[in-house]
Amino acid sequence: MQTTPTHPAKPPAASATAKTDDDKSLALRINGRAYAFDGDDTMPLLWFLRDVLRLTGTKFGCGIGACGACTVLVDGKAQRACVTPMKTLAKREVTTIEGLAGSELHPLQQAWIEIDVPQCGYCQAGQIMAAADLLKRNPNPNDDDIGKISNLCRCGTYPRIRKAIKRAAEISKERAAREGGKS
Amino acid sequence: MKRDKTLVNPSRRKFLVVGAAASGALVVGWRAANAQSSLPYLGARIEPQSLGAFVRIEKSGDVVIGARGCEIGQGVKTSLPMLIAEELDVDWHHVHVEQLPYGYIDTDKGPSDKYGDQSAGGSTSITTAWKDLRQAGATARWLLLVAASAKLNLPAGQLRTESGNVIAPDGTKLAYGELVGAASALDPPTESRALKKPEDFKIVGKPTLTVDTREIVTGQTQFGIDVYRAEALIAVVARSPWIDGEITNLDDADARKVAGVKDVVRIAGTKSGEPFDGALVDGVAVLATSTWAALKGREKLKIEWKPGPFAEESSDALHRQADDLLKPANAGKAVAVRRDGDIDKARKTARKTIDARYTVPFLAHATMEPPAALIHVEKDKVLLIASLQDPEGASEVISAITGVPRSKIEIRLTRAGGGFGRRLKNDYIAEAALIAKQTDKPIKLIWTRDDDLRHDFYRPFCVFQMTASLDRKNEIAAWSARCAATPRNHREARMKDRPLWASTLAPDDFPAGLIANFDLSLLPIESGQPRGWWRAPAHNATAFAVQSFIDEIAVALKQDPLALRVKLLGEPRELPYKGHGGPTFDTGRMAAVLKAAAEKIGWGRKVDADRGLGIACHFTFGGYAAHALEVSAIDGNVVVHRAVCAIDVGRVVNPLGLEAQMIGGTIDGLSTALNLGITLKEGKVQQSNFSDYPLLRMGQAPVDVEVVVVDSGKEPSGAGEMGLPSVLPALTNAIYAATRVRIRELPIGDQLRKIL
Repeated sequence: MQTTPTHPAKPPAASATAKTDDDKSLALRINGRAYAFDGDDTMPLLWFLRDVLRLTGTKFGCGIGACGACTVLVDGKAQRACVTPMKTLAKREVTTIEGLAGSELHPLQQAWIEIDVPQCGYCQAGQIMAAADLLKRNPNPNDDDIGKISNLCRCGTYPRIRKAIKRAAEISKERAAREGGKS
Repeated sequence: MKRDKTLVNPSRRKFLVVGAAASGALVVGWRAANAQSSLPYLGARIEPQSLGAFVRIEKSGDVVIGARGCEIGQGVKTSLPMLIAEELDVDWHHVHVEQLPYGYIDTDKGPSDKYGDQSAGGSTSITTAWKDLRQAGATARWLLLVAASAKLNLPAGQLRTESGNVIAPDGTKLAYGELVGAASALDPPTESRALKKPEDFKIVGKPTLTVDTREIVTGQTQFGIDVYRAEALIAVVARSPWIDGEITNLDDADARKVAGVKDVVRIAGTKSGEPFDGALVDGVAVLATSTWAALKGREKLKIEWKPGPFAEESSDALHRQADDLLKPANAGKAVAVRRDGDIDKARKTARKTIDARYTVPFLAHATMEPPAALIHVEKDKVLLIASLQDPEGASEVISAITGVPRSKIEIRLTRAGGGFGRRLKNDYIAEAALIAKQTDKPIKLIWTRDDDLRHDFYRPFCVFQMTASLDRKNEIAAWSARCAATPRNHREARMKDRPLWASTLAPDDFPAGLIANFDLSLLPIESGQPRGWWRAPAHNATAFAVQSFIDEIAVALKQDPLALRVKLLGEPRELPYKGHGGPTFDTGRMAAVLKAAAEKIGWGRKVDADRGLGIACHFTFGGYAAHALEVSAIDGNVVVHRAVCAIDVGRVVNPLGLEAQMIGGTIDGLSTALNLGITLKEGKVQQSNFSDYPLLRMGQAPVDVEVVVVDSGKEPSGAGEMGLPSVLPALTNAIYAATRVRIRELPIGDQLRKIL
């Protein structure tokens, strides 16, 4: 496995203050790119994403895993980056909001635009990542399923989040049908 | 340099300047470009395609419109440019919106605002822009018409515009992009241009998507906290847990040993008893190369504090103060807010008197994006990039701290992760400036959630003692509201000339003017806690007291709560309303939203035995709102089965945005009523995070909020705050209907679980 960053991490590499030998560096993938991390491995993923990689779509809201603004996918499952120490991420695949879209927007992103979900917008990346996990497990979530998403929104966008998740489920089906039609 | 080149003939380059002067008077005029500061932004871009400070038209025909407001989730980044685009007569899908920076300019007559009022407070953005930004659009359109007139050799009066084109009587079309070069060289008009008639609106009133959602949902939007600079140090501050506390000893040796920590500096907060116009309290800042290092460094600080004069303060003691102040013996301490008729006389002849006491707690703002700022203080200039609500105040505080003149302070506005009034205080900007002054590097200050909840400017704690006297005909002959509260007007320089009750009580609030004998007074509670503006200031508390009490009177009179309200409002008419939102309060508009909410929820229908319907209404800052809820509270667990919000904000600029604000205000209000309160013990705030300040989660909120827009066609008000006040009493009124338990103290918390 590649152990040097293939993505140009912008300075300052704040985490790399206690440089150890290469064997101790920790390899992980973020949005499909390989990274090596050799800093303080108690540091939460949130600060690696934000301070080091400048992937600021993942937000800081509480630092205790209570609000979900920092939700990312780790091996496809929603996880709160503010309480995820780097040391738990060896050989793991992390997806942030910046890496969610493929060649086109993720159905959730598309639906969020159509339904005009965000007000201030700060929690929305986390909401979308939590919803991405839900849709993967449950392509047709009902209101009870959606209501289990525990991310906070002070603006009160929950009703439109619900609508957008349902709309995203439709978009996924439309896209699948389209893809099916092509093949 | 491009800028120098275009300044060759500065007398020809002028900008539309709209100054909302301190007097509140609106000044629309044109200012020569050489009065500009050096901000490299749209308005200052002295390029041939610019038509005033807000509009730039590319040769391609693409229209760039500057958004001047602080976007805190209230939608101004979309709605304000809509107003310009409407009068400019362009297709909305050709419009690109750019956020403008803060537009301070020096003039002969002192400071002025290049872009007019850029603050976000009091739901005033739309009302202000309705006057000045439409004119900015109309003026730009006029310049294009004049340019076309010269080109076609036809009188401008024979030309019309449509979809970004000037059209001649013979059908000849000239695209704005072809005309902008000539138009931008013209002298601006000396008088205001005529505005469109509402029936000709093509953009205003149409559901319009937020302009930058794509950036938000792909993680590209940079909120204030997301702005980094390679050379910047990240700062976190350990603050005095007590107001007016002082550092007696600091041992930072261990903090400095943390890898990545570069420096530890002290910052001075507000001096004891002085206005809270700088940093709130004394603190120690840890500067590091990463947030994690700064946080770890802060943990290692050993600070000894002298707690100061408020070290004994507690919520229990504040409640005792309120109880004491509300005793008849202390009536002399009351500050009169409004007094009509003769309360005492009416009481003496009353058939029946009804009393009730309502309590609301301190509230924190808890914006999802905590306070943060990126600032670079240099010898003769400052750069600030932050989420703000009051950039003018930020500019003033930075200048006061650094000594740099305001014309040399560049402030870039970012989308803000919520505001709710928190960012109307610039204490966090002051902190950032105080830290940055002690280093030559840029500083990125970050507050953690516990910093935020513990060092806020709280919504005042209020206890309302309500008394109504009913005459022999069961009419309300007298109404008295005595409010013991920690007044909002406290240690704040800009409020020093205002009455003590300002922003705590509203003298002309319903039912003032509708009951002959009326008394509203304030009994000030002493507290060290800073108080601030919190979404719908005053109204977020008064609506709960008034609209709960009306319900209790209805119950006592065995009258329908809706019918009693409608009866009290009486014939549609305008009553004088002196406070913000006036000059009048229209009883007919209030009744109309009440009836609309009632109709939508099916008021009067039979509901399941364990459910109840509740209704309430309130007038906030020019907007009329009513809420009707269907609720159950089995075993004390409140479930909102339906939530209806009826709203009249006059002419609607963006229906999609208005609906969002009403959905949001409703859920924010439910969240607040159910669970939120800040409490004190030993002078310290007890809450520290969302674990003990639990905003409502999606599964606890109603699945939908049904918004009914009542179109009165009146002049538009804003919409950011009106959706909140009436939902709190609508909830407790519905809980009463479902359970016969009357909630008189917020938050509801586990009160019902203990009873039911």
